[in-house]
Amino acid sequence: MGTDANTQALNHPPARLTGAEIVWATLVGEGVTDVFGYPGGAILPVYDALRKFPIHHTLVRHEQGAAHMADGYSRASGKVGVAIATSGPGATNLVTGIATAMLDSIPIVCITGNVSSKVLGSDAFQEVDITGITLPVTKHNFLISRAEDIAPAIRYAFQIAKSARPGPVLVDITKDAQQATAIFDFEAAKPRPHRIHPMRKVEESGLAHAAELIKNAKRPVILAGHGIIESGAMEQVRTLAERAQIPVALTLLGLGAFPASHALNLGMMGMHGESWVNHAIQDADLLIACGMRFDDRVTGSVATYATKAKKIHIEVDPAEVNKIIKVDVPLIGDLREVLEALLPRISSRDGAAWLKTIDGFKGDSAVRDIKNLPDLGHLYAAHVIHDIWRITGGNAIIVTDVGQHQMWEAQYYHHEQPRTLITSGGLGTMGFSLPAAIGAKFACPEKEVWVIVGDGGFQMTAGELATIAQEGIKINIAVINNGYLGMVRQWQEFFYERNYESTPMVSPDFVKLADAHGIAGLTVRTRGEVAEAVNTARSAPGAFLLNFKVEKEDSVYPMVSAGSALHEMIRRPGGNDPLEES
Amino acid sequence: MLHTFVAYVEDLPGVLTRVASLFRRLNINIHSLTVGRSEQAGLSRMTVVCEASAEAGHRIQASLYKLENVVEVDDIAQAPSVTRELALIKVAATPRTRSQVFELVEVFRARIVDLAPESLTIEMTGVESKIEGLIQVLNEGEGRILEICRSGKLTMRRGHHTSGVLKAMSVGADESAEVPAEDGAAVEQE
Ligand SMILES: Cc1ncc(C[n+]2csc(CCOP(=O)(O)OP(=O)(O)O)c2C)c(N)n1
Ligand SMILES: [Mg+2]
Repeated sequence: MGTDANTQALNHPPARLTGAEIVWATLVGEGVTDVFGYPGGAILPVYDALRKFPIHHTLVRHEQGAAHMADGYSRASGKVGVAIATSGPGATNLVTGIATAMLDSIPIVCITGNVSSKVLGSDAFQEVDITGITLPVTKHNFLISRAEDIAPAIRYAFQIAKSARPGPVLVDITKDAQQATAIFDFEAAKPRPHRIHPMRKVEESGLAHAAELIKNAKRPVILAGHGIIESGAMEQVRTLAERAQIPVALTLLGLGAFPASHALNLGMMGMHGESWVNHAIQDADLLIACGMRFDDRVTGSVATYATKAKKIHIEVDPAEVNKIIKVDVPLIGDLREVLEALLPRISSRDGAAWLKTIDGFKGDSAVRDIKNLPDLGHLYAAHVIHDIWRITGGNAIIVTDVGQHQMWEAQYYHHEQPRTLITSGGLGTMGFSLPAAIGAKFACPEKEVWVIVGDGGFQMTAGELATIAQEGIKINIAVINNGYLGMVRQWQEFFYERNYESTPMVSPDFVKLADAHGIAGLTVRTRGEVAEAVNTARSAPGAFLLNFKVEKEDSVYPMVSAGSALHEMIRRPGGNDPLEES
Repeated sequence: MLHTFVAYVEDLPGVLTRVASLFRRLNINIHSLTVGRSEQAGLSRMTVVCEASAEAGHRIQASLYKLENVVEVDDIAQAPSVTRELALIKVAATPRTRSQVFELVEVFRARIVDLAPESLTIEMTGVESKIEGLIQVLNEGEGRILEICRSGKLTMRRGHHTSGVLKAMSVGADESAEVPAEDGAAVEQE
């Protein structure tokens, strides 16, 4: 909002346009400069009209990529990402990307073409009921069959996508609506004001109770989630932590919401969180959950979760309160607003004893600073990620895929800033990283963008290498190549008697694959080569792929197996652990 | 426990699916669902009755409110309310066997709304248990039941609430003015 394009649309006198033109004019009005899509018959009128509008369209190689790009664009910038696809298979290809955005509350708007309204429901060529299909994985969707309804629907879609707990919205537009004409009046198409969820409520008594609990707590922990970033409450959380000297544990999607280097930052919680973080949570007498939803990957067994702790839950979505964990003080509202109301009631507190106890928990777990470890000839993913962190100064946008490398990234890349880690948490979508990184690069062209991806996930959306080449964008790709669907192999190792069924994976030579796309690359086999390779990639003018041939059967530690109590962690077998200092 | 939700929803295509889909996703079986026009133009009123845990009520209400087309949701739960159901029951009855059915209809204060040589149709309005009662005695009688059509529950809170007031109530307005009533009894036979 407030961009030149927006002003232009606002000043645009109402005029008669085709539905297709209205699509673009409305997007321009909403401040959209980039979209990601793939054409086809049912959306052709929209594509035909594109040249008249100041919007850059990135041609993807698979519509799933378009949705992930819109998603990555949004995660990197906080703006609404836009994906476009044709009817039928184009629309269904979006679904995984839409669900990914839904589970992580990412605001995107997907626009699909559909067959003409006259043949809707007749199994016409490439007809699919995409509003029906996406109903459970969108915040809302629209089926539009009249040109005059397009602008209001798209504007409403943007409002829904951004408001309260964000999420994806789909607008399905029939071909005849794209071809018909209507008066375009951007201002008149404005949606009615967003209705605040009637069950959102922050009572004085709740704030007072929360302040009292914080004042009296001996062992408090802040649980910092993605909502901090969505709400823009980084400063408020930091003030709370610093003033009351409360340590902060982060969810995967919360990483970056509180600086990694901050003395009060404990690190990531949950299934692959550091042991001291989970111990602190299990021992806490007060949990202050900020914009997080007690996902099963962070609670472990619910029955044994933080049983000694009172719980304050600050959350924008009333449906999340008491869903998994029963809380004592629900404060249901926008996190930043709630914290602003709470902070005046918080006075400084002495947290030294508890922080010292937590330091004690750390004592028995090895310090994970691995940069000075001897080079034993093995290449570990942790080494690679640690070096990427060191060399990029922690300032790059890292886009990960899903698997072991994703957890190692979370453990070894220390995020200081919000929106510097882009990862599929809720849905855990393999194939997410490469397209999401393209979206992130379009959102933040001046930023250094790295993809950290497994050999498995990379092959799910590797076609987008061609998109990178066509767009000429600079992205660095680190393939953590362990020859396995590593995370599944790890579960087989731990829970299925090492029956490595269908997890060893033969892959193409990724450097050659990159080369075939005109993208340079290198294979790295030893620790000694990592730093130089990372520097080579960074200084290369174009996109660059590093194929890291890492230890094949390494596992992510510690691990809380699904359904176990959070403090029952599988630790790295002792003795000759090359990743831990003795 | 049995939950009863009253929802005002926009009268648009697909809204019923969105509401139903929410229950489906939670794997909750809907006992009955009634939809019709309300006192407000453009808004339909739904009554959804379902079996779910006591805690689920909050989540269902909160999730219903997250649907864009849902304007207002009231979780009637145990609140004093008037609940009725309408049933049409077609019974096989010849001129010879009719009189027994007539008697039952009289006792249950139901009505005969259609009479054919081989059958008759009873209209009955009341609380669920009364309708069940009529069905049971009809089953025990001579006339075979051919068809049953039941509306599902229609529910309204007692007292001076209009839908607009429900909002105020949900933020803790005084409910003491309400007429206390025990539901389920065979009171009010309109
Ligand atoms: C689309 C999709 N399919 C399957 C899975 C299940 N899964 C989770 S992690 C994983 C293995 C990933 O292997 P790779 O990409 O090589 O990464 P690694 O774990 O080896 O680092 C699989 C198959 C998934 N998350 N997403
Ligand atoms: Mg792998």
